[in-house]
Formats: sequence, structure tokens, C-alpha cells
Amino acid sequence: MSDMLLSVSEHLLGPGGLSIDHLPGVLGELAGPGIDAADLYFHGQVSETWVLEDGIVKEGSFNLDQGVGVRAQSGEKTGFAYSNAITPDALSQAARAARSIARAGQQGRVQAFVSPEVARLYAPENPLEVLTRAEKVELLKRVDVATRALDPRIQQVTVSLAGVWERILVAAADGSLGADIRPLVRFNVSVIVEQNGRRERGGQGGGGRSDYLYFLTEDRAMGYAREALRQALVNLEAIPAPAGSMPVVMGAGWSGVLLHEAVGHGLEGDFNRKGSSAYSGRVGEKVASSLCTIVDDGTLFGRRGSLSMDDEGTPTQCTTLIENGVLKGYMQDKLNARLMGVAATGNGRRESYAHLPMPRMTNTYMLAGESDPEEIIRSVKKGIYCANLGGGQVDITSGKFVFSTSEAYLIEDGKITAPVKGATLIGNGPEAMSKVSMVGNDLALDSGVGTCGKDGQSVPVGVGQPTLKIDLITVGGTGA
Amino acid sequence: MSAADVVGPQALPQLQEQVARIIAEAKAQGASACEVAVSVEQGLSTSVRQGEVETVEFNRDQGFGITLYLGQRKGSASTSASGEAAIRETVAAALGIAKHASEDDCSGLADAELMARDLPDLDLYHAWDITPEQAIERALECEAAAFATDSRIKNADGTSLNTHQGCRVYGNSHGFVGGYASTRQSLSCVMIAEADGLMQRDYWYDVSRRGEDLASAASIGRRAAERAVSRLGARPVPTCEVPVLFAAELAGGLFGHFLSAVSGGSLYRKSSFLEGSLGQVLFPEWLSLEERPRIRGALGSASFDGDGLATYSKFFVEKGQVQSYVLGTYSGRKLGMPSTANSGGVHNLFVSHGDDDQKALLKRMGRGLLVTELMGQGLNMVTGDYSRGAGGYWVENGEIQFPVQEVTIAGNLRDMFKQIVAVGNDLELRGNTRTGSVLIEKMTVAGS
Repeated sequence: MSDMLLSVSEHLLGPGGLSIDHLPGVLGELAGPGIDAADLYFHGQVSETWVLEDGIVKEGSFNLDQGVGVRAQSGEKTGFAYSNAITPDALSQAARAARSIARAGQQGRVQAFVSPEVARLYAPENPLEVLTRAEKVELLKRVDVATRALDPRIQQVTVSLAGVWERILVAAADGSLGADIRPLVRFNVSVIVEQNGRRERGGQGGGGRSDYLYFLTEDRAMGYAREALRQALVNLEAIPAPAGSMPVVMGAGWSGVLLHEAVGHGLEGDFNRKGSSAYSGRVGEKVASSLCTIVDDGTLFGRRGSLSMDDEGTPTQCTTLIENGVLKGYMQDKLNARLMGVAATGNGRRESYAHLPMPRMTNTYMLAGESDPEEIIRSVKKGIYCANLGGGQVDITSGKFVFSTSEAYLIEDGKITAPVKGATLIGNGPEAMSKVSMVGNDLALDSGVGTCGKDGQSVPVGVGQPTLKIDLITVGGTGA
Repeated sequence: MSAADVVGPQALPQLQEQVARIIAEAKAQGASACEVAVSVEQGLSTSVRQGEVETVEFNRDQGFGITLYLGQRKGSASTSASGEAAIRETVAAALGIAKHASEDDCSGLADAELMARDLPDLDLYHAWDITPEQAIERALECEAAAFATDSRIKNADGTSLNTHQGCRVYGNSHGFVGGYASTRQSLSCVMIAEADGLMQRDYWYDVSRRGEDLASAASIGRRAAERAVSRLGARPVPTCEVPVLFAAELAGGLFGHFLSAVSGGSLYRKSSFLEGSLGQVLFPEWLSLEERPRIRGALGSASFDGDGLATYSKFFVEKGQVQSYVLGTYSGRKLGMPSTANSGGVHNLFVSHGDDDQKALLKRMGRGLLVTELMGQGLNMVTGDYSRGAGGYWVENGEIQFPVQEVTIAGNLRDMFKQIVAVGNDLELRGNTRTGSVLIEKMTVAGS
């Protein structure tokens, strides 16, 4: 047994008088006749947040949560129950509830456990403990003071630091047995600036599957602060965005949330099994311009969306979703892979033991193309350059997507000119992707702040893309 | 699931006892003051799709959270673990944070004399004795009605029946302790219509404290199907400036934006476009926004707020004029004003309305956009700039012409509030805000 498995099982199972040796018995109760798959998901996490506002560290909070989720599946049916207590009694009770979707019967067969080798993409140590409480408070205060010193127009600074440390153990009737220890940290700075009675906000943050020392290296914490200020100052000068259809150049990096919304969600296995996605049944078809190659890659070292194994114990991989414009495949968890007759891709994720796994993205990005980013701007006579985006949303059935810009400019005669505010981009995923006419050579991934919501569950994700041009997209604004 | 396990009012004494134990532990560890919330919840979620059961989920959650003070320093911690050790460790974690937090003049419990004394039973608990089999049957009935509505309903994205029971007790070191048991039952249906190779989805739902009060399964299914079918063939319209009618089920969001902009947190952080708006006339003179927090059986009701203060009825807007901000104890102190007993939010907001139903409002609008779907988060609370993706129907001569999608509607909330022409009597009753459809004189619609 690996050290990881040993240490996680001692921590999660030990206190309730359980060990890995008990799990085949529980799975046996769960996996009776008529049950196609069953698993146990043990999960424990500690998390904390520290917030500085008005120049003082006002708030800190700490949370400890743990429990076990028990799932049984029969065909397309899923029975699910969970418990905060990790004890033999609680497990049996949850198992009985979960398997009530199939008729009661005798014990089922459980495969012998096999733990696949997984790549270690992050350190197992508790990321919350690399700094003392006094050092965390000191870091927040230092960033606040240094940020305020950057510009007299700053009215308000908010700085926050957050960390999570998760331990996970998955055991399934198909013999999967895996453990993972996942760190995740995040640092954010938000500023409000005022000039001649006008007020604007700017914000920036970053992080990943690392510890707090990440923010002390390469001047990252102050880097976020300078970027937040720069965005706020740009917005002070912004004029109303024009309304109508026009070419839009999307900046490299975080703007990849466009792909996440417009393409990624539509390529999740559950929607495609149900035939409810605009991309359903289209594998092998051209669904984007041939300049577009898009992947979902859970294997990047230390990235916010990365996982050594997913929440069903499947090792993550780099899955090509679209290659030169042609749809290659979907992102799958075990249930949808089984029902669609394909292999799981390591995209089965869940927010916690109290939630069911679903196909979810990890780090989703478009590969670099050949164009020089400046040449892309020069090619636009009148349009919009989106340097940064806010949140977005998608209706995967019709393909519609929407997102708001947080930093955008007019492009006039091949030059970036005035900043614009309040612009919303709206379009249709497959249609917008078919209108990608230039892709830059400057692929960048985001700084590590993305959180994706689906069916009420939040999971951390990464996005990325090179600078790219969409020939025509609807921009919603109030200007002429 | 036996009756004894059901989460209900009978669990309250035990939770109160737990609150007292946690407060005692906090004092023993040296906290000068503290507040504690303990909750236990239970539910059943069943979903069906295309005539088959998809999921049956049994939920049971418990946990507690503590905020404690060392003089003017504050720390918080929470856990889902139970038992003496969990209490000790959680209190210690909060204390460890408080020791390192900064002194904050405004922090601390609300004043002891402000604690709620009168805590009427608001009739929020109505357990629904429904088995998973019965829940599945009702969801199947709902979906079947949807499929039967129109032959263009080709697919389903899930119909769910959820039941939920919860118990929550809040107490603090002033000796205040209050709690209630509540229930929430819902039935929702998402259907997919298809024509000419293109799909459209839409949904309908109902939610209530009482299962018996839910709209019939068949009516919910039919409505979801009709809505999805009516979206077929949706297209953008050319960019224009026209009146916009927000359907009642979305209109509450507009007033939600107002409440959020006049909430203490946004105001003291200088991050609201409505800073200093107290006393200003922001809405037309006939419009009022009233909070009625103690309506028996309503979804938003509560007898005390997050700080232990008694909730009370009040106008946030009367005759178009801002009468009150939305304040809790902390944000009130930051602004030098008393709390409005809104720590944790507003309970049951009523928007004044006229006599027109949605049809009459469409007539009144003449030519414009009826919005039934909003997408994205295009709202800047610092400036009030509003620009969101929208879907709905194009209206000419007061009649719906065709479905619209892939457009945005944009404006500034200050202007939009001023330009409310009418609120309909087609009241949305399912949420915390009771409003009819809202007609706005003019917005920029951006499309093809």
C-alpha cells in the first residue's frame, strides 16, 4: 500500500474504528444484484480565510468538514446517501439507503482493490501551516500598506488569503482504490479608486495547488495589487461600450473562460449522453474553425484545476476535445463513460462527500497558433479588444453564452484606443468558434482563481488561451 | 427513515442545549463574548428523466459555527463534526484567529437591550410525509404531462422533487437564544424542445413550505413544455432602444440589485452607486418597497435576524423615496446608524403594483422586448452599469411576434429605477420578493 493511501486511511478511517480491510465488506452490501457500480468517497477538509479591509485584519474563519458519500448505480439510476460520521454503523445505514434504488438481494461481487499509479502534481503537506497566524496577518497588512502607497486615488483596499487542505479516499466495487491529498491556496486584492467624483473597482488574484509561500515568491502578492490598481485606473477612463455585432479580439489567459463557457460545458459527457448539448452526437464533425485545438488537461503541475486522480479514483489526463476544428471526444466520469461505451477521462469531480460526482472540467485551454498578437489587433478596422473578462454563463442546449468584460478597449483602424465599460458579449458556442479567424502564438493560462459552478456544485478550475480573433460577435453596451 | 429520525421542532431543545454548551466552552477558553449557530437538516431529492428514475438522494447535514470576541477582536470557526472534542477544537480555532485579528471599534455583539424578546411561531414547518416512491411517481407524472403537451418536446433534462426539513438555533452570550424548524418543498421540470435540428430548453417549478400547496405536477410539466416550445426559432433582433418588460419571475432581481446597493456592507465599503441615497427619490412616486418579515408560512419569514434582533415591517422605499438602508449591527455601526434588523438579509419584500396584468402591460409597451431569461453577471455595483444577456419575445402592437435570443439589454440601474413605468398585478409568489412584471421605459437592446 502506498504511503499516501496509508496516511489518508489512518486519518479518515482510523478514528471511527475502520480500515481499508473493512471496505470490501461495505461495498459487498452495496453492490447487490442489479447494481452496476458502487463506490465510497471519504473526504475530510480544513479551510481558512483571512480578510483585511479598512486597513485592519477584520475577519478570519476556519472550517473543518468531513464525511463519507455512498453511491450505488443501476443502469442510469443512482442512489446516494452520505454521513458526517465515518463509522461502521453510519456506513451501513448510508449503504442501505443508497442501494434502495435496486431490489434487495444477496451480496454482490466486489473486485479486488487495485491502486493505479498516479503522478504527484502537488505536495501533500498542509498549506495552511507554512505560515503562522501572525505571519498571515503581517502579509495582509504589508500588502495593504504597499498598495495604498501606489496611488493617491485609492479609496479602499480589500486583501484576502484563503487555503484549503483536502484528504480523499475512494474505494469502488470495480476495484478502484485511491487516495489523494490536495492543497489549494488563493490570494486576492481588490481596490476602489476615485477621481473627479467617479469611482471604479479593479481586482486581481491568483493561486494554485501550492502553499502560501507561493505568494511570497516572485513578488506575486504585490503583483496582484498592481494589476488590480491598473485595471481600476483604466476603468476610470472608460467610455460606454458600443452596441451591435463586430469583430472581437480576446486577450490571452483568463479570457479562456470564453472556451470554458462556450465550448467546455457543452462537451461534458452527461449532457451528451442525454443528447441535451448543442454538441451532442457530433464527434468527428467540424465544430470550430480549423485554427482551434482545445484540450482539457488535469495533469499540469500545481495548477488550480489539476488533480492527480479525479474524485472517482481515475488518474487525470490531457484530453483533446477539439483538434483543428474537429470534435474528438467528451469529458467523462465513470457513469457516463459506461453508458456511452467509452473510457473515463478522469473528469469525475464532486464538491464534497455530500455531492454526487459529474463530468467536470479541470484546466481547459486552446493551444497556441501562429499569429503575432499585434498583427491580430492590426487586422481589425473597428471592433473590441477584451483584455479581461468577468463571469460568464452558458445554455448548453441552444449553445448560447454570455460574459461580461472587466477590461476592454475599442480597436479603431488596427489600434487599441479608448477603454470601454459595461460591455457584455453574447453568442452561440459552435457559431462563435467557427468564426475564429486568427489565433496568437502567446498561449497563457490564468493566474489561478477560477471556480466553476454546475448543478449547485463548485469546483476549482483553470482556463487559458492565446490571443484570438472572432470575426463577429454581439456586444451589448449603451454607447453608439 | 423512521419518524423519530425526522428533523423537526422536537430537535430544538437538543440544539438549544448544544448552543449553551458551546457558549460555555467559549467562555471557559477566555472569550469575552460569542455567538453560535447550530443546525441540522435533512432532505430527499429524487429526479427522473425520460420516464426513468435518475437519482434518489438522501441528505442529512449537521454543523455549528461560532464567532467569538476577545474585546474588539473577532474570530470564527465552523465544523460538521460533532461531540465534545469537536466543540473544544472549533472554539480553540476561532480563539486562535481572534488573538491575531485587529482591534475593530465596530465589532462585537449587538447591544443586549436590543435582543428580540417576542419570538412568535411563524408556521414555517410542514413536514411532507412522502416516500421516495411517491416522490418519484409525482415527478414522473410531471414529466409525462410535459411530453404530452407538444410533439416538439423531444427530450428532457430532468424533473426533480425535493423535500427539505431544517432546524436552526442561534444564541449568544447575552443570553439570547432563538430557533425555528422549517421546511421547503419543490418540484421542478426542465424540458427540451426541438425543431429544424435546433434545440431549446426551458423550465418551470414551484416551491412552498407545504407539499400540499405545490402547483399540480401536470401543470408544472405543461408550463415547462410550453415555455420550451415557445423558444423554438428564437433569433436576435437588430440593435435598438426600446421599452423592456421584465417578466414577474425575473423582475425581483431588479429590486434585489437595489437592496444590495443600499445594504450596509456595500455602502461602508464605498462600493455602491447608491451611497448617500437615503432620502433621495430614486423610483417613480407611486412605487414602494416594503419588508414584511413575519408573515406566517411565507418562504422568506424570520422572527429575528442574524444578530438576534427582532425583525419588523418597514418601507425601504415609500412614494419613490429611499426611507431606509439595509443594515445589520456591524454595518450600522460602520455608518453610525442603528441596525434595521437585516443582518442576513431582507425577509419578504413587497413591491407595490398597479392593476394591469402582463397582457395589459404588453399593450401598454406597444413595441419592445419581453424578457423571460437573463444570463451572465453583467452588473457593476460601483457604477450601476447593467448589461446582461437576455432572451424573451419581440413585441409589436402589444402582441408577441417571435422568440428572441442572443441579445443583451443594457442601461444604468439609476436610470432604470427612475424609468419604471408600471408594475403588473401578475405577482410572482414563489420567492422572497413579491412583484409583478416590471415595464421599463427604455433600454439599449444589442443584437444583430
